[in-house]
Amino acid sequence: MKYLKYNKKLIAFMAFVVTMAITPVAGAMHIMEGYLPLSHSVAWFVVCIPFLVMGYRSIKGKVDENRRNISMIAIAGAFVFVLSSLKIPSVTGSCSHMTGTGLGAILFGPAAMSILGIIVLIFQAILLAHGGLTTLGANTFSMGIAGPFVAYAVYKALSKSNKKVAVFLAAFIGDLFTYIVTSLQLAIAHPASSGGFATSAVKFLGIFAPTQVPLAIIEGILTVLIFVALETYAEAEMKSLGFASGGMK
Amino acid sequence: MKKSTVIILLVLILLIAIVPLFALKDAEFGGADDAASDAVSEVRGEEYEPWYTPVAETILGDEIPGEVESLIFCVQTGIGVGIIAYFMGRFVERKKHSEK
Repeated sequence: MKYLKYNKKLIAFMAFVVTMAITPVAGAMHIMEGYLPLSHSVAWFVVCIPFLVMGYRSIKGKVDENRRNISMIAIAGAFVFVLSSLKIPSVTGSCSHMTGTGLGAILFGPAAMSILGIIVLIFQAILLAHGGLTTLGANTFSMGIAGPFVAYAVYKALSKSNKKVAVFLAAFIGDLFTYIVTSLQLAIAHPASSGGFATSAVKFLGIFAPTQVPLAIIEGILTVLIFVALETYAEAEMKSLGFASGGMK
Repeated sequence: MKKSTVIILLVLILLIAIVPLFALKDAEFGGADDAASDAVSEVRGEEYEPWYTPVAETILGDEIPGEVESLIFCVQTGIGVGIIAYFMGRFVERKKHSEK
């Protein structure tokens, strides 16, 4: 009965998430189509290739190892789908969305997220004119590679002391780092006419970073909640991924 | 984690997401990337023309209408929520079953 109650809350929460998405807000925040010179577009694609290969192998390895892992990969991917579709108003008066890549990075290691990240980015680039095909490489690098690797490192460094705090900070810092990388990528492509790269970097960081902080906090909390839910209800799956049991009391 | 902690955290998320909307009544809440496009022209000291147009806009010959864009975003959310709810539902029922 206890679990049934929790499930109802989960449904109510899902309903809330869906309602939030209906609020129409224009624009969002990967690097926009056509905003990187061709040489940069190609370079970022090339940088991504080894990570995508690693990611494919990592996912295939997890699935071959245990078929149960498929459902966990689906949840991690779906989490990215949901979080990167929710554009949330922030303290700066702009909107931005979360990345959702921290959860998967913690569960499967960072490489797998390059694949899950690029799927979402292709969906948004083609159907939503959000991000872009020419900037897909750069965006995959920031959201599918840089963010998850940092998130994973943070989790590994802290998980022994307090697992929930580690999950929170991993998702929080991973989310922020994605947008720091985005700012730097834009600054490399568009150095200021006076002041060059550094001036541009400060300018772009000033746009993305403050907007992202409250969202990164939300992402951190949501990641902790779903992590706890998985520990509670998907014990077998979590164990097969190497997580000791914990969860709801 | 206690159930009450979960509820407090959910309320906290709601507040973080909603308070800016009421606190900053005059703000436009446009996308951070639109702000970034303006900044690109600003730092370069000249207007920047993107050299490639999004495929959807090329096909439509225009920007995606705002309502349709929010529809597609909803589809994205829906797909994600559907998958999570399906697997979580299975996990929850399985656990309930095995405890009987």
